[in-house]
Amino acid sequence: MSVIEARSLTLSYGHKPVFAELDLLIPPGKITVLIGSNGCGKSTLLRSLARLLKPQEGSIWLDGSEMSRLSSKEIARRLAILPQGPVAPEGLTVHQLVKQGRYPYQSWLQQWSKEDEKMVKKALEVTDMEDLSDRSIDSLSGGQRQRAWIAMTLAQNTPAILLDEPTTYLDMTHQIEVLDLLFDLNEQESRTIVMVLHDINLACRYAHRIVAVKDGLIYAQGAPETIMNERLIRDVFDMECQVTADPIFGTPLCIPYGRGRKVLQPVMA
Amino acid sequence: MDTTLLATRTQKTAGLLAGILLAAAGIICSIAFGVTNISWRTIIASYTDFNGSQEHLIIQTARTPRALIAAAAGASLAVAGSFMQGITRNPLASPSIFGINAGAAFFIVVGSAFFGASGLSTFATLAFVGAAFTAALVYVLGSIGNDGLTPIKITLAGAALTAFFSSLSLGLLLTGGQTFDQVLYWFVGSVAGRDMGIFTAAAPYMGLAMAGALVLARHMNVLSLGEDVAVGLGQKTVYIKLAAGIVIVLLAGGSVSMAGPIAFVGIIIPHLVRYMVGIDYRWVVPYCAVFGANLLLAADIGSRYISFPKEVPVGVMTAIIGVPFFVYIARRGGRT
Repeated sequence: MSVIEARSLTLSYGHKPVFAELDLLIPPGKITVLIGSNGCGKSTLLRSLARLLKPQEGSIWLDGSEMSRLSSKEIARRLAILPQGPVAPEGLTVHQLVKQGRYPYQSWLQQWSKEDEKMVKKALEVTDMEDLSDRSIDSLSGGQRQRAWIAMTLAQNTPAILLDEPTTYLDMTHQIEVLDLLFDLNEQESRTIVMVLHDINLACRYAHRIVAVKDGLIYAQGAPETIMNERLIRDVFDMECQVTADPIFGTPLCIPYGRGRKVLQPVMA
Repeated sequence: MDTTLLATRTQKTAGLLAGILLAAAGIICSIAFGVTNISWRTIIASYTDFNGSQEHLIIQTARTPRALIAAAAGASLAVAGSFMQGITRNPLASPSIFGINAGAAFFIVVGSAFFGASGLSTFATLAFVGAAFTAALVYVLGSIGNDGLTPIKITLAGAALTAFFSSLSLGLLLTGGQTFDQVLYWFVGSVAGRDMGIFTAAAPYMGLAMAGALVLARHMNVLSLGEDVAVGLGQKTVYIKLAAGIVIVLLAGGSVSMAGPIAFVGIIIPHLVRYMVGIDYRWVVPYCAVFGANLLLAADIGSRYISFPKEVPVGVMTAIIGVPFFVYIARRGGRT
C-alpha cells in the first residue's frame, strides 16, 4: 500500500495560479476520485501527484519520502500513471505495449527477466486481453484500447495507480467495464487507485473517497455518502440538482434539474 | 495492420542477414561496374598488388570511397530518419525538419562566398559544422517554454530555420554569380568524386552514433508512447531526447557532409522497415542501417546507367524513386 501526500502545493500556469498551498492526503488501499467542473484543476492536481508537473512551491510525498528526492525509476516502481487519452504509435501490438510497463525494472544488465514475463502475462490475464495480445492497438475498440493501456500500468506492478479520466470517450458499457476492472484491482489486491472522473454518479458508486475541487481549492473530501449533497453540486458544478439514493447500489445519485420531457406514468423496470 | 511481414525472431534475423549479404553484394557491384570496364582480376589486384595504373587508380581512389560513402550515407540517413520520425511523431520527418540540410548548405555557401572555401573536403567540414549548429539551434528553439521539447515545437522551429537559411543561401547564390558551380553541384547530392579522406573523417562519428542508436532503441520504444507515459514509466525524457538529438545530428550531419543533401532515403527506408519488422526500434535500427545502405548503393549504381555513359547524381535518383513513395504515404495518412 502506498501513501501519497501533497504538502502546501503551489502551481501556476504562467501568471494564473492553479493551486495555492494545497494539502491533500490520499489514503492507501482505497479508491479516491477527484471531481470538479472543467478547468478546476483536478487533472493538474493528479498530474502533479504523479510528478508529471513540477510544483513551484510545496512538495509531493510518497511513502514518507519527498518525491523530488526519489529517482524517476524508483517512483515508477511504486506509482503508475495513465495520462488522459494516450496514443499508441501505429502498429504497436497489445503485447508490445504491455511489455513497456516493465521499463522501470530494466537496466543495462537486466534487460528482460522471468519476473517481467510473469507480470506481463498476469496483466494481460487480469485485463482479459490475452486473446487480443497480438492485435495492434489501433485495431481495437475504445474499451479494449483503454484496457490495454491499463494492462501496461498493471505490468508496472505498482501499489498505486493514478488515472486521468480513464472513461472519457468510452460508451457506457465500456465505462463500466473499465471501472469494474479498477474496482476489482482495489478489492483483490488493495491497490491504491486515484482517478479523475466526470460522471458524478459513477464516482459516488466506485469511490471510497471523493475529493471535490473548485477553483484550485479542495471544496470537500470524504466518503460520497457523507459529503455528497445538493449544496456541494451547486457550489462545485454551479448546477441545481436533487441527490437521492441509487435504487440498486444505495450510493448517492445526483439528478440534475433543467429542461426535458416529463412522463406522468414513470416507467420502472 | 495486425502483423508485420516478418513476424518471428527467426524470420527477422534471417531478413537482416539477407540484407547484410545484399549490401555486401551492392558494395562489390558498386566497385565493379561503371563507365570504365575493369576486369575482376584487375579489381582484386588493385587491392592486393597496387601498381598505380589508370584502372587501379579508378578502383582505389574513385570507386571504393564512392561505394563506402553510399553505404554509410544510406545507412545513416535511414536510421536518422527513423529517429526523427519518432521524436517528432511525424511520419514524414526527414533531415530537413531539423534544419540539417539547410544549415549545411548555408555554411558552404557562406564559406565559398566570403572565405574562398572550395573542394569537397572543405565542404564536408563546413557541412558538418553547419548541420550541427542548425540542429542545435532548432533543438534550443524547440525546447523553449514550460513543456520542454515537444513534437510540434521542434517541427515549427525546424521549418522556420530551414526557410531562413535556404533564403539566405539562395540570396548569396544569386548575387555571387559564377563562383558557385561547385556549390550548385553539391546541392544536388552525390556520392561521386569524393576521396577516401572524406569517408574516413566522418565514419568514426557515424559509427559511434550508430552504436548509440542501438543503445537508445529500447528507450525510443518507451518515448514513442508519448512524453507523459514515458515519464510515468520512469524515463528521464530530457536526456533521452538529447541523446537522440545527438545521434540524429551525427548521422544526418555526417551523411550530408559526405554526400550533400540526399532526399527521401530517410523517409522511404524507415517506412519499408516498419512494414517488414514493426515498430520496435531494436529491430528498426539495424534494418534501417542495412536497407538504407542497400537503397543508396542501388540508386548510385543505377545512376551510372540511366543515361549511360553520362552519370546522374544519386540525389536525383532517390528523388525519382522517392516522390511517388512520399505521395503514397501522404495519401494513406502517414500509415505504413
